[in-house]
Amino acid sequence: MSVNHLYRFLLYSLLLLTACRKDILLPQVDSVDITGYSRPHDITPTVQGLYVLNEGNMNMNKASLDYLDLTTGRYSRRLFEAYNPEVTKGLGDVGNDIQIYGSKMYIVVNNSNKVEVVDAATVTRIKQLNIRQCRYVVFYKGNAYITSNDGYVSVIDTASLTETARIKTGRNPEQMAISGNKLYVANSGGYSPPNYERTVSVINLDTQQELKRIDVAINLDHLALDPYGDLYVSSRGDYYTVPSRLYVIDTHTDTVKKRFDITASNIFIHKDRAYIYSVAWSYITHSNTISYAMINVKTDTLLSTQFITDGTDKQIVIPYGILVDQDTEDVYVSDALDYVSPGILYCFDKSGKKKWSVETGDIPGHFVFLKKN
Amino acid sequence: MQQPAFIRKYVHLLSSASLLWAGAAYSQVKDTTTLQEVRVDAKRLPAGLSPVTAMQVLSGSKLQRLNSLSVADAVRYFSGVQLKDYGGIGGLKTINVRSMGTNHTAVSYDGLVLGNAQNGQTDLGKFSLDNISEITLYNGQPPTLLQPARAFSAGNVLALQSRTPQFSDNEQWNGKVSLKTGSSGLINPSLLWQQKVTARIYSTVSTEWINANGRYKFRYTNGKYDTTALRQNGNVNAFRAEAGLNGLLADSSTWAVKYYRYQSGRGLPGAIVANHFNYGQHLEDRDQFVQATFHNDPHKRYRLLANAKYADLYSRYIDPEYPNEQHLLDNYYRQKEVYVSLANEYTINRWWESSLAADFISNTMDANLYRFPYPTRYTTLVALASRVHLPQLEIQGNLLATIVNEKVQTYESAGPKREYTPSLSLAWKPFAQQHLWLRTFYKHIFRLPTFNDLYYTFIGNNNLKPEYVQQYDAGFTWQQPMRGRWLYISLQADGYYNHVKDKIVAVPSDNLFGWSMMNLGRVNIKGIDVVLNTALQPFKELLVNAGINYTYQKAQDVTSGKGGFNYGQQIPYTPWHSGSFMLGADWRSLALNYSFIYTGERYSQKRNIPVNYVQPWYTSDLSASWILAQRSFTNKLTFEVNNLLNQYYDVVLNFPMPGRNYRLTLSISR
Repeated sequence: MSVNHLYRFLLYSLLLLTACRKDILLPQVDSVDITGYSRPHDITPTVQGLYVLNEGNMNMNKASLDYLDLTTGRYSRRLFEAYNPEVTKGLGDVGNDIQIYGSKMYIVVNNSNKVEVVDAATVTRIKQLNIRQCRYVVFYKGNAYITSNDGYVSVIDTASLTETARIKTGRNPEQMAISGNKLYVANSGGYSPPNYERTVSVINLDTQQELKRIDVAINLDHLALDPYGDLYVSSRGDYYTVPSRLYVIDTHTDTVKKRFDITASNIFIHKDRAYIYSVAWSYITHSNTISYAMINVKTDTLLSTQFITDGTDKQIVIPYGILVDQDTEDVYVSDALDYVSPGILYCFDKSGKKKWSVETGDIPGHFVFLKKN
Repeated sequence: MQQPAFIRKYVHLLSSASLLWAGAAYSQVKDTTTLQEVRVDAKRLPAGLSPVTAMQVLSGSKLQRLNSLSVADAVRYFSGVQLKDYGGIGGLKTINVRSMGTNHTAVSYDGLVLGNAQNGQTDLGKFSLDNISEITLYNGQPPTLLQPARAFSAGNVLALQSRTPQFSDNEQWNGKVSLKTGSSGLINPSLLWQQKVTARIYSTVSTEWINANGRYKFRYTNGKYDTTALRQNGNVNAFRAEAGLNGLLADSSTWAVKYYRYQSGRGLPGAIVANHFNYGQHLEDRDQFVQATFHNDPHKRYRLLANAKYADLYSRYIDPEYPNEQHLLDNYYRQKEVYVSLANEYTINRWWESSLAADFISNTMDANLYRFPYPTRYTTLVALASRVHLPQLEIQGNLLATIVNEKVQTYESAGPKREYTPSLSLAWKPFAQQHLWLRTFYKHIFRLPTFNDLYYTFIGNNNLKPEYVQQYDAGFTWQQPMRGRWLYISLQADGYYNHVKDKIVAVPSDNLFGWSMMNLGRVNIKGIDVVLNTALQPFKELLVNAGINYTYQKAQDVTSGKGGFNYGQQIPYTPWHSGSFMLGADWRSLALNYSFIYTGERYSQKRNIPVNYVQPWYTSDLSASWILAQRSFTNKLTFEVNNLLNQYYDVVLNFPMPGRNYRLTLSISR
């Protein structure tokens, strides 16, 4: 090899290494038709679509919004970035809740300290609200109520989309529910173990004052109200010796009326049924115990039936979200797998048999139906 | 043997220009018995490289000119290496060799491993190049037999060597003062002082201060939005001090003692995610250790190397945005390590040596964490090694026994562990007259679960087993002295296969904030590392050095069954293609260097889908030095431009790297 050859070799090597970066593509919706999708024709649908909010792992900035067209069975991923490409870094980091009020959809993005308010039909941005460490959102008489890990509920006027008040709660408030003119807030205190909170805050929405705190159990998380004024509250326990449990608060008396000795992570109530799944983590055995349960909320009794009956529950690694279709009574359950892979959305018919499943974004956990207009 | 005239010419030229890298190295040919019959023309070859081992070296002026502030910047020029870099002067920088994972590389400083029982990782950004004379990466382990057992106990060893004092007969002291300044508000004065205390005892003091506001511009765009912002909360204030004595006894035995201290406070700038660019987290570190070495007469038939070390590592993490009761997270972590090692080597005959080394390590950790068990780990390592070396054949094998016992003050400890792991290497020189060695090695090794893996509140799992790696490597080293203007060519290539089993990974518990460590995961890594170096002397006063590194890696997640959601996918942050190129020229008192680093496309998460795609990045760095010798002093002025083309990129997703930046260094040395 001569010196000239060497120079030539070096030059070629350099060119080889400098393979160019790909051109940046504007974000696009990625759609698939769900295999085996079906929806009964003999119903009068009240909903037309289902939004799925994927949390995305912390610091990855991979919260994403998916949409299932219930009529066609077409599943579309990453809507927010596609319809709002001008938003720097998109939807953001850790999507935690999604709800629709009127024509507006509120997407709560926890580690991005923001709530994206978008048009519910087109997903185009209306306004960004800045709320530190925001968690969940509910609505009452033209106001949105948003919990913040900083220990308060932010009151947002849904017309002007500005914060009008802050109502103090316990530490690290999680989910909320509204009964009459009362707002119930699950206080977790999850950031200060072992000094967990153990109360549900009751707030009068007309005066925006906290009325009382109901002592329930440590580390509260999810809340769901049944049609009879009973509030179902999940306690996560301490992951060691205090187990997760499900409690019932009578909102007429604001007292705990019953405890179910089952573990519970998330509760969805449809008509007389509560659909419950549980991922009970133990730091003693270093394992999750996953279980499913149904409760008759009219009689407050645990049912012996299951909402997954075909054995698919054995395939679900981490159930992370649940919802019941009011038109068909289909049950949607999402699986977060290992949190760092795309998740799966399952649909079960009312007899508990799997109808279909589809791949989602990372950590699918929150849903809202788009009503038929 | 006749020494041709041109050789004499180069020998003269190279020895007079000690700052030239091709020349600087040859004066200190390593103690490798296999190089006994080195021919005169081999002096054209750069030294430091043992052709019987899979290793790479950066030393001397080659190291100095690589536009590197810290060891982390320099290791990017090794083949088979990925640097995980969170960006900026204070950002965490860890090394991942051949995709085995950071914890499989032991980092040693002056021969002793820098242990970190808490997380098993060494932040290479903490090690300024100011006092480092040589960085060597050994795949497998260093080839010497006489070394602590701990040197056999990792998948790879990154050895950092500080400047050892060297005096010519009439010199009483050496020294260097330098001042570095540059982008991100960098101010970095340093001082090195080496004194001949007596004829047989030399002292060294080395200290530096690094201060920077850490700010730099970064840019993100998706083609529609185009946002440029200033990186905040990346300030660094670090102080390093080292003091040591090196001694020589009458019987040629050597001893050394050293104290090292590093102290820093730095902001943690955090992930750039939508609507959340600024963070308030803060990290304080205080590392110190004292180590002592005794090495008896290296010419004796029985040789002994004794080492002892005490290390004390303290860090404090403060998060003023943490939504707990106090609205402040303030955690401290303190580790102590006591280490003793005794290594013995015996020359059985002209071609056969054996060694036995035994190390004992005690690690303790203390932290103000909820439900923290306060663990203590006792590790005993015994390594038996043997080497047969003939002029054209070398075989080396060793067996390492690892015995680990742990105890905790509260809660449950991890169980005891006993592991016996072998390693075998073979090198063959097929032609007596050619500097070509074919070599291969096999190594079975593991990394212990760290204290964080085992005991960190809410995450640790005391049932963890070690994470095992099997390494298979076959390659060659060919070094050829050339004739005329072309000085030499050195080519190394290795193909390897690594299998990682029982990989310790974080798996989710019941919610996004809850993770737990599990032995879940298998990775198959197939790779090729190529290193090519050469030097030219186009005319008398110009010396040109060039080097190319290339790495190909296919690192597949082959986890099946539980947790096997991504079978066959390339593991996160491992590019298929990566490489670097360096070109240096020395002309009279000027030295110019250009270096280029390329990291190909890769994925930020386990699934290789477009949403996880990460763009390739490549940076060009330029430096120019002007050297002026005045009597016995050497003044040097260096100007560096890094990331010349101002490419904005992330090594770790959402942790932006600096764009174009500058540094200016003035030093005076003797």
